[in-house]
Amino acid sequence: MKPLLELESVSYAYHSLSGETPALNNISFDVKEGEFIAIVGPSGCGKSTLLSLIAGLISPELGDIKINGTNVSNARASIGYMLQRDHLFEWRSIYKNVILGLEIQKKLTQEYLDSVNEMLINYGLEAFKDKRPSELSGGMRQRAALIRTLALKPSILLLDEPFSALDYQTRLTVSDDIGCIIKKEKKTAILVTHDLSEAISLGDKVIVLSKRPATIKSIFPIEFALENKTPLACRNAPEFKDYFNAIWKELNDYE
Amino acid sequence: MNDISIRQLEFIKQKTKYRRSVTRYRIAIFFAFIIIWQLTASFGIIDSFIFSSPIKIFACFYSMLKDGTILHHIFITLTETFLSFFLVIVIGILISVILWSNEKLSKILEPYLVVLNSLPKSALAPLLIVWLGANMRTIIVAGISVAIFGTIINLYTGFKEVNLDKIKLIYTLGGNKTNVLLKVVLPSSIPIIISTMKVNIGLSLVGVVIGEFLAARKGLGYLIIYGSQVFKLDWVIMSIVILCIIAMLLYKAINLLEKMYLKHI
Repeated sequence: MKPLLELESVSYAYHSLSGETPALNNISFDVKEGEFIAIVGPSGCGKSTLLSLIAGLISPELGDIKINGTNVSNARASIGYMLQRDHLFEWRSIYKNVILGLEIQKKLTQEYLDSVNEMLINYGLEAFKDKRPSELSGGMRQRAALIRTLALKPSILLLDEPFSALDYQTRLTVSDDIGCIIKKEKKTAILVTHDLSEAISLGDKVIVLSKRPATIKSIFPIEFALENKTPLACRNAPEFKDYFNAIWKELNDYE
Repeated sequence: MNDISIRQLEFIKQKTKYRRSVTRYRIAIFFAFIIIWQLTASFGIIDSFIFSSPIKIFACFYSMLKDGTILHHIFITLTETFLSFFLVIVIGILISVILWSNEKLSKILEPYLVVLNSLPKSALAPLLIVWLGANMRTIIVAGISVAIFGTIINLYTGFKEVNLDKIKLIYTLGGNKTNVLLKVVLPSSIPIIISTMKVNIGLSLVGVVIGEFLAARKGLGYLIIYGSQVFKLDWVIMSIVILCIIAMLLYKAINLLEKMYLKHI
């Protein structure tokens, strides 16, 4: 099967008058349809840059990024991007926030709106449609942000530490919640995080990046012998500890 | 209600008492000022020919109200103020948007804006008369000139301070720069636009009165200058009092607008 997303020796550097800061160096990997990839690495190693590149917000200096064989700059609409904070606009109701993307891309058709309404009902936000974002809890806001991203029916979902702004308690439930939603909607997803347990519990594969300029150190396929593989169940599985230790060792093993 | 505790009631009572006492002092100062002014004038401690007095001002206002002249002057000044105020807001937003959308242009124009903003605009008024003639147009332009540069600088700075991640969000949703402007920058700048309006309504009035000093046959600014020339100081002081009241009402009106906006959100 041909991969959905291909990165071929991608490199990127930031430029300023005081010098050049290489962020990514020769990154290559493939993502298959329906796969959940988690990318971990030390903070400031260029994880977010990688997502911006895949989203087509910036172009790689070297290398190619292809979705279904075409360059991302031409296929931007098929990528959904969830940022660190929900960034729901306070001057819009939850519903208006959720359809923001449809509004921008002029896709306010019955078909799209129906699927938004369905998601609002399925994920318990129906009653909060006309509320302001400040009236919602952190978890509900994050769910609204996810629906806003999914409303455009992206073929790949990018998650840039989407739970880092939440407190630990909420974070566990929300990452479980969001993980289940993404599995249920059968989305291909790439999650960037510095939280190892999050990466292991959510990902089908964990990619470990080195410190800046980031290169791929290793790729761990994650497999749990569980019937009902929810992120919270994964955290309690016996294999979890082994994966954690292996990746932890890999991350801290800087020459 | 049983579910409010005694301590809470006590707290509310104290706060209300405090607020009432502030209002009482404000009113007391106002009346004390009026009464002392009137008494000192009546007993000849101050010369009521130069300093006028509340009763003389009121009598003067009443007689000018009867023949309708004062309403006409007030109407003219208000019209000019509103026109220049609206033009400042519209032109200010337009230019700020242009500067926001063109980073290089804003860099190029920055020093010019700073110079024009710190220039005392009353210095321009005589020039405006020569250029535009002694008419209402000059006065409105004078009103605009006082407020416009500060408005542009404030709004532009406000536009630039919009959270970069909110802008990134629009791009991740497939938007372009126009979407960023309409969906994020303008809506999130409404509080700044309102606070700029609060400053501008006063500045427009200042500019209009400066304009009327030099280039008018009607309006409160004209009345002040004419009154001082013919030693009708009642007119001068009455006009100043009316300007105070107008300034206060205009400010209140913008405050009301802000309250309405905050309630709506």
